[in-house]
Amino acid sequence: MRWLLRKDLLILRRSRLLVVLLVVYPVAIALLIGFAISRSPARPRVAIVDQAAPGATIKVGSQRVAVGEYARQLFNQVQAVEVPSRAQAIAKVKSGEVLAAVVIPSDIAARVSSATEKAQVEVLYNGDALEQSLVQSTLDSALAQANLGFSAQIQQAAGAVIGSLLKGGKLGSIGAPEDLIGLEQIPPTLGKIIARQPRGHDRMELERIDTFAGFAAQNLTLSRAVLATIGQPIRVNSVLLHGRRTPLNTFAVVVAVSVSLMFVCVLLAAGGVALEREESALARLIRSPPGLISREALLAEKTLLAAGCAFVIAFAMLAGIAAFVALDWSRVVLWVIALAVGAVALGALGVAIGALAREVRAASLLAFLTTLPLAFLALVPGGSVSGGFYDAINAISFVFPFKAALQALDTAVNGAAPSMGFSLIHLAVLAAVFGALARVGLREVE
Amino acid sequence: MTSALSVSALAKHYGGLEALKDISFQAGTGELVAVVGPNGAGKTTLLSIIAGIQTPSAGTVDRTAGDVGWAPQQPALYSKLSVAENLELFARLEGIADPQAAVARMLEQSGLGGRAHEPVGRLSGGNRQRVNVALGLIADPPVLALDEPSASLDPGQRERLWEFLAARVANGTTVVFSTHNVSEAQRYAHRLLVLADGRLLFDDVAAALLERGGESAGGDLELALVRFLGEHA
Repeated sequence: MRWLLRKDLLILRRSRLLVVLLVVYPVAIALLIGFAISRSPARPRVAIVDQAAPGATIKVGSQRVAVGEYARQLFNQVQAVEVPSRAQAIAKVKSGEVLAAVVIPSDIAARVSSATEKAQVEVLYNGDALEQSLVQSTLDSALAQANLGFSAQIQQAAGAVIGSLLKGGKLGSIGAPEDLIGLEQIPPTLGKIIARQPRGHDRMELERIDTFAGFAAQNLTLSRAVLATIGQPIRVNSVLLHGRRTPLNTFAVVVAVSVSLMFVCVLLAAGGVALEREESALARLIRSPPGLISREALLAEKTLLAAGCAFVIAFAMLAGIAAFVALDWSRVVLWVIALAVGAVALGALGVAIGALAREVRAASLLAFLTTLPLAFLALVPGGSVSGGFYDAINAISFVFPFKAALQALDTAVNGAAPSMGFSLIHLAVLAAVFGALARVGLREVE
Repeated sequence: MTSALSVSALAKHYGGLEALKDISFQAGTGELVAVVGPNGAGKTTLLSIIAGIQTPSAGTVDRTAGDVGWAPQQPALYSKLSVAENLELFARLEGIADPQAAVARMLEQSGLGGRAHEPVGRLSGGNRQRVNVALGLIADPPVLALDEPSASLDPGQRERLWEFLAARVANGTTVVFSTHNVSEAQRYAHRLLVLADGRLLFDDVAAALLERGGESAGGDLELALVRFLGEHA
């Protein structure tokens, strides 16, 4: 086997373009996928037309909230481009300069203050169905955040009014008495007066007023808390069931390395086996008796060659990326195990493809057709597609080694699951299955 | 002449298709046997089974004299490797005690010493075929099976190939080769096997086939073969 391995390495060394492609292409694809996953979408560029009068306020009891506060909240959520008119906003959306436009109408303050009519803003956007969906969901989220921030301001104003009603003093609104008694002060003040009153009808009436004032003060105190609850009725407490939380960027590293591992392994192993057929050397090598090499040894050699090359590239990638992203080097033994076992399983998939495809071009095409969808299917998050479809995706991912290799490496690098034993056993079983398939593919050599 | 190769009641089926039916013959040491016949007669299948590439459905191939060297019609070489590297690889895979000496010997016998370090992919078809045959002979097998060795060669290249093979036959190597070139078979082979539809129709010297063709063949072996095949169609 070692002479065949030496021969393959010699051929690889002389196929510089192939080697460069085998290294550069998967690394480029892997980095693109990694960036796509790790970079959260930039804040959308949105044109904002604020038609509300400068300094316009919304009256909440004796308090006032500036309408400009809503625009400020919105500016925080998007990459805002201030535009003076609706027409200019439409022009910017049409030209693609901005993703969408938000028009804050001039009557927004009046509508919010009226408490009978709902204020509304206008959203203008363009693009194809996919872009429309993206813009709508992005803007919905931005507007919801802005609404939440604005509603907190209004709650704060309402809270201040309630506080004044409870504590009394100067309310600040036009026409209000200068030194108003607070609801909380009524029961003790009235209690002193009641104590001086003789028993009879008047005293009983005063006692009823005293009881009401106490009850009102208590409930108004509660209403402040109720207002806060309405603003954010449910708080989310996230609990991760398995392993530790994986930062998105280190998961992206794992994805990038796994994709490279898969491409190099599968393409090299498939091409290696197919090349033996294409050069007509397969028959010379494995004819019997006695045969220069057994079919099993030939497949093992191709698998190990591909796995070895892919391991070197993947480990170099991990080590290189570790210079920029904080990876835990104390887990390096686990990295090596996950990469090695994953590489062997992916190499077995490659030799199966090579044995069945019979020629290098067909094997390369089949390898691409297999690996690209596998990479994307393995990354489809649960809940993003319907249940049945997700089950089908899971089933497909389960019978190919990419997802198991990804999980093993994620555990090795990030400790994403308590143990990577299951992934390693899964990979070993898949390696055996694809090895057996490759053996069937080599049953006839002519 | 002692027998170097013995084929007995050989049959090969591909599903319902009978590629070979009850083929039996022997080849002696240092004998050059040509297998001729129309396309689809079963020549390549017969040679593949003799070389151990395919397994027979029935019958036996006695290779007790030793391994059978094999040179397929399509040269089985690594085009990125040089002539010497190809020879050395197979010498090592064959487990030859002194691979470098075997490489030197084959380079000399094939007349490719001057091109030893040239990648096989840059060689002409004739030279590739010489390397292909040399690979079949590197372990010095007592029997060599060649599938249409001269199919893509020009007359000069063919001549050089047969000189190379004649030297091996003179040293006792038994050669069984298939060909469509009847005059080549007449010129170099000691004996002819005629196959048609998977059956062995003739096993004798070329002169016997000429006799079977009758006077009307006028000493033309190709015409005699066509007449003979017509009679057995």
